Amino acid sequence: MIEVNRQGEVWVFAEQEEGKLSDVPLELLTKARELAGKLNVHVAAVLLGKGVAAIAEKLSAHGADKVYVVDDDKLAHYQTASYMKVVCDLIRKHKPQICLYGATPIGRDLAPTIASAMKCGLTADCTDLQIGDHADPATKENHKNLLLQIRPAFGGNIIATIVNPHRWPQMATVREGVMAMSQADANRKGKIVAVASGLEKFELPVELVESHRRPKKVNLKAARIIVAGGAGVGSKDGFRMLFDLANLLGGAVGGSRAAVDLGFVDHDHQIGQTGTTVRPALYIAVGLSGAVQHRAGMQESAKILAINNDREAPILSIAHYGIVGDLNIVVPKLIKTIRAGAGVK
Amino acid sequence: MSQQAKMNIVVCAKQVPDTKNITGQAMKDDGTVNRSALPAVFNPEDLNAVEAALELRDRFGGTVHVLTMGPPTASEILRESLYRGADHVYLITDRRAAASDTLATSYILACAVKKLKPDIVLCGRQAIDGDTAQVGPQLAEKLGFTLITYLEEIVAMDKAVIKVKRNIGNGWEVVKARLPVLLTVMDSANTPRPRAAKRIMKYKKAAVKSELMKKIDEKLPMDYAADVKEAECQKACGQLAEKGLLIQQWNLEDIGADLAWCGMSGSPTKVHRIQSIVLKGGQYKEFPASDDGVNKLVGELIEDHTIG
Repeated sequence: MIEVNRQGEVWVFAEQEEGKLSDVPLELLTKARELAGKLNVHVAAVLLGKGVAAIAEKLSAHGADKVYVVDDDKLAHYQTASYMKVVCDLIRKHKPQICLYGATPIGRDLAPTIASAMKCGLTADCTDLQIGDHADPATKENHKNLLLQIRPAFGGNIIATIVNPHRWPQMATVREGVMAMSQADANRKGKIVAVASGLEKFELPVELVESHRRPKKVNLKAARIIVAGGAGVGSKDGFRMLFDLANLLGGAVGGSRAAVDLGFVDHDHQIGQTGTTVRPALYIAVGLSGAVQHRAGMQESAKILAINNDREAPILSIAHYGIVGDLNIVVPKLIKTIRAGAGVK
Repeated sequence: MSQQAKMNIVVCAKQVPDTKNITGQAMKDDGTVNRSALPAVFNPEDLNAVEAALELRDRFGGTVHVLTMGPPTASEILRESLYRGADHVYLITDRRAAASDTLATSYILACAVKKLKPDIVLCGRQAIDGDTAQVGPQLAEKLGFTLITYLEEIVAMDKAVIKVKRNIGNGWEVVKARLPVLLTVMDSANTPRPRAAKRIMKYKKAAVKSELMKKIDEKLPMDYAADVKEAECQKACGQLAEKGLLIQQWNLEDIGADLAWCGMSGSPTKVHRIQSIVLKGGQYKEFPASDDGVNKLVGELIEDHTIG
């Protein structure tokens, strides 16, 4: 662990693969700017890899005052031990007060390992991050300006705010799409700090034998209209009409975790805290009760239409439009009406 | 594969509240979970971890140990593991371990796992009550084992080098690493074998000491002296041990844990606030599930340029 360091920077782990940044570090930089503004400290990105210096500028344009670049052959492919060593060395040296990671397969592998090595706290899958004070209920001690790590917990029945008052850095992971990304500003220049990896004598414990990547089957974040189904859709067959409706509207199909777990729709389609977060113009929720983890991933949709046979379903209380009834009757009616009315406009 | 005949495989499993069935009494005032108010289940991906361990043993030889931390009632998942084929099971139970966050939990598990001198440790990728997926990676770091997350398939093992296929979200990769390793297992890795009828018959009476004590407490009048009850319990333990059915129970001293790193004091994360869910109501318009209702709805969506 490091001691509480009020001058410490706010860090974002700039995850990249083959020299390409995903959206999540850029989204985290936007949030990091907001947090650092309140703390009156700098934002830094931590960029590890091989031949990655070129993407440092992009991180600056998205809000990093400083980019620590560690370029080394041994960092060409992500692996836990080498990445952990490099990031931990950097944390010990520069004592950041906050470290944010994308809750990606890599971030969820790296961040807990670093937390264990640094003996500090970590909160997974935060849906919001704020700066605020915390009064310890036992000691009555007041801690100023802590990172408030907010996430749904316990089956989504509560929202928990977690703090880490003593053993810093304060660390959190955030799913892709949860934080809004600000526009890049090409005039924004950050300081590039090249750092030696210190891996000269380090033996990589994992050998990569074979690797296959496939593009995602669906791009939910880009969809203007999303038709999402829950357990209530009942089957994989039931999802066919959701695909029909989505095709008709030029939209994409999403699913709740329950629908994905039941095998009705592929994991790529999952919306919610443990899936993708979306903000479409229209979100059509079909047979989907709207547990808080799901709502966390879609409640900022401009318009929400809920079709549900249960008047008490939580999704109806955040919906703008609702139809209470049997989805197997309502959805075909909707498809028919939209087809017929396509020219009405 | 004789060189691996003595391979020690340890699975860390967790009994979790069934988060799909939560009642109002489920939360305590301090914001922690009142587990006793909820039905408890074997964490689903931990069953996949047990299955992966049994598969390793069946293919390459070795011994499967299953370990859990929790109240005495968590022994249920240890019996479940025995029914499926685990060789040895252990319960870490200690009130001072309560309120441990993932860091303190991984420290306690590491203390216990070290006693078993494993070559391979398996954990479910994540537990359904927290979904953090942090304990596996943290345990690997504490043990100094090579971490391989998101196991999909055990491809091969030769001369203490394991080769596995792992899920990397947007695809998969095959990696090799020298033992010891810690693997976290995905639900897609396998289908857990069913409980074996013969093993259920054999192990249904398996229990930890605390469970036996509870039975004695219920049976004997309240005013029985504690030492009499303890003697009764020792006797019952002895009888069960003779049949090979006494499940080992460890407290924090038994595993040599430093109390400063356990429970509340060992947990850097604190609960700042717990809020019940309050739904933000917007302007809500309901349409009947009739042709007319659907027509009006579509009309409105077209009108405000949401669709069309």
